[in-house]
Amino acid sequence: MVRGLGLNEFYQRQETTAGTLRPPEALTSVDFATFAQPGRDGTMSLELIVGGLTCGACVWLVEQALAAEPDALRARAALTTRRLTITWRGDAERARDLAGLIAKLGFRVAPWSPACLRATEDAEGRALVRALGIAAFGAMNVMLVSVPVWAGMDMGEHTRALMHWLAALIALPTVLVAGMPFYRSAWDALRAGRTNMDVAISLGVLATTAMSVSEVLRNGPYTWFDGATTLLALLLAGRVLDRRMRARARQAVAELLALQEGTVALLLANGSTRAVPAENVQAGDQLLVAAGERLRLDGHAAVPVLLDTSATTGESLPREMSAGTELPAGAVNMGAPFALNVRAALRDGSLAALARLLEKAEQGRGRYVSIADRAARLYVPVVIAVALATFLGWWLLLGVPWQEALVPAVAALIVTCPCGLAIAVPAVQVAAVGALFRRGVLVASPTALERLASADHVVLDKTGTLTEGRPELLDAAAHDPAMLRAAAGLARSSRHPLAQALLRACPEAPALLRACPEAPGVEGVQEVPGSGLTCGDLRLGSAAFLDLPRDIDSGMALHYGRLGGMVTSFHFRDRLRGDAAQAVAALHDLGLDTELLSGDGAGMVEAAAAATGIGPWQAHATPSDKARRIEALRAEGRRTLMVGDGINDAAALALAHVSAAPATGTDVAQAASDIVLRGEGLSALPLAIRVARRAQQLARQNVGFSLAYNVVAVPMAVLGLVTPLIAAVVMASSSIIVILNALRAGQETNA
Amino acid sequence: MNVLLLLVPAALFLGLLGLAGFLWTLRHKQYEDLDGAAARILFDDLPRGSRDSLPPRKDPPQ
Repeated sequence: MVRGLGLNEFYQRQETTAGTLRPPEALTSVDFATFAQPGRDGTMSLELIVGGLTCGACVWLVEQALAAEPDALRARAALTTRRLTITWRGDAERARDLAGLIAKLGFRVAPWSPACLRATEDAEGRALVRALGIAAFGAMNVMLVSVPVWAGMDMGEHTRALMHWLAALIALPTVLVAGMPFYRSAWDALRAGRTNMDVAISLGVLATTAMSVSEVLRNGPYTWFDGATTLLALLLAGRVLDRRMRARARQAVAELLALQEGTVALLLANGSTRAVPAENVQAGDQLLVAAGERLRLDGHAAVPVLLDTSATTGESLPREMSAGTELPAGAVNMGAPFALNVRAALRDGSLAALARLLEKAEQGRGRYVSIADRAARLYVPVVIAVALATFLGWWLLLGVPWQEALVPAVAALIVTCPCGLAIAVPAVQVAAVGALFRRGVLVASPTALERLASADHVVLDKTGTLTEGRPELLDAAAHDPAMLRAAAGLARSSRHPLAQALLRACPEAPALLRACPEAPGVEGVQEVPGSGLTCGDLRLGSAAFLDLPRDIDSGMALHYGRLGGMVTSFHFRDRLRGDAAQAVAALHDLGLDTELLSGDGAGMVEAAAAATGIGPWQAHATPSDKARRIEALRAEGRRTLMVGDGINDAAALALAHVSAAPATGTDVAQAASDIVLRGEGLSALPLAIRVARRAQQLARQNVGFSLAYNVVAVPMAVLGLVTPLIAAVVMASSSIIVILNALRAGQETNA
Repeated sequence: MNVLLLLVPAALFLGLLGLAGFLWTLRHKQYEDLDGAAARILFDDLPRGSRDSLPPRKDPPQ
């Protein structure tokens, strides 16, 4: 494909040999034509999110491949956001081909969703960068005129006054404009009757500026404009970095979700179908659910259907639902295509109800107060009290004029102004979140690391979390290869997870199918939902389907043979993730208790618990059982880390002290979680806990250091010994020490 | 000290020029795709047409 496009150069550009060139991805069921936007002058444009766009060479390949299309006008891919914008001249139908082209190159494509937009169109982030630019400019130029004053060369009084006026001229607009993010947040906090770090920062900056202005008017010896502007620049730099790091994680999560979304096929009165976004479907509409498609809406069917409900209940085997039963959104159709009578529109359905529930739980968690804010709550009143006492002491006790008494009081405000303290925690967060991001752990919530560090109990889900969520053939080598091939050939025409597993055990089966005289073609194969497959008198299916005694059917098994003849049994097991036992052991080493909560049957849950060494386990747990268990643990005073992937875990994930979901999990579970594990397996979880604990320890050290430094600096300020030079040196040195300490959060995570 | 009257405004003017440039790049969304921009500088061929006329390259610029 790549060579066919005349793009041989791609291979020369490839930065990594692995991971860049992939097998073609199957195009998802999305109808891209409905997402094409007509532009002015008759062009069409399409916005896509491209999964797997990881390097410059990928960007090049995608853009060049699209440029080779004769009608494409413009194609531009953004590497950071994985967003691709294509503009072409023609009709909307071309969208399908163009998206298919990208899929053929081995990238996963999905329409650019509003959630991605929210994650990337970050107006607030841009305002912060702008403020940073202004503050940096102001700080540098104030230095330009302030340093000569400190240097104290033989400068006449008039020259000094000129310098101070210039400094004021530069600093006043800077402080006014660049400080806005802090003032706004401080004002919001004060109005709500709270104090936060921004209150302390705003107070320090504004008091410093006001006092400096008064010194300029009095033609005093010193002004503190440089301190105020430098402080703003430093703090803004911290904020920008912090935000960028978190935006990256949010974006990655939104990308995962977007790749799961799609359209549904609406059945029209004349029997044809039309692809529409799920939001547009009304109650009473009929949808065609293809084999293997996930139900997006609640409803019922007029015929019996076979559904894989592992996402909604945690059961690892598909269940046959009789006609008319309520079918939950989130289940996957394992049988033949059927028509779904929609019971409720998306916003009234069970998934939306769950989302609202999660939002509520989310708000409850929002009350968690981070360590920085806890420090600020104590700190701000103390600082104000000290400044006030200094002012009153100099003015009333020592009898100096009030303007002069103001100087040491404001100096106390400046040196206590929590530069180190304000950077202490964000700096650690940036380093830790960045280190985790590189190892495939996405931290989506700002306080997630702190909560993760304090977790002492882990509740794990089984299907899809501890296991890979798909069965695997046991003892594949022990079976007769010819028999296995024949059975796998038959299994090829079913989407049942066991049939798929059989096929995976013998992937070359389809080629042999036609040569097999006993199975003359796929056409002859019939599927009996809930029972098995037949082809002539050959049968593949459950024990009952082959008239075998029930007791042979232990756990997950398929049987293959002729009715009444010799029967071969294939046994399956939902394989544990390769590193599950290791990860659980690591969690135990970290001092956490583990427990297994699953909606699956007792036998399989017990086996999984035994294999991984998890202590207590509970089977047949419904979603509300899981949520109740989390509540009970909280009542016991445990801080629970919930790990789950299904829709049935979402309530428990949202209620837990902190929660994590694997990247293969459902979108609901990922949205409800603080942390998404992008890599294969669970080994990233103990790593994340180690990094979080270390980050927490460093944050405490930093806060402690910032406070300790005030013990020395404040008495000096109160006594009136602090000049702007000393204030600047002390402030910068404390910030640098705190930042250097924070950088250690990203290191030593290989252990 | 009279030289200050010339130097200080000159310094401030240059600084402001830099700030204006920064705000301009910000407004034109030049910081939206930093990773992509870093890679894009290495694409030495034009987006259309002229691709095949370029001599094949041995290895990418490091």
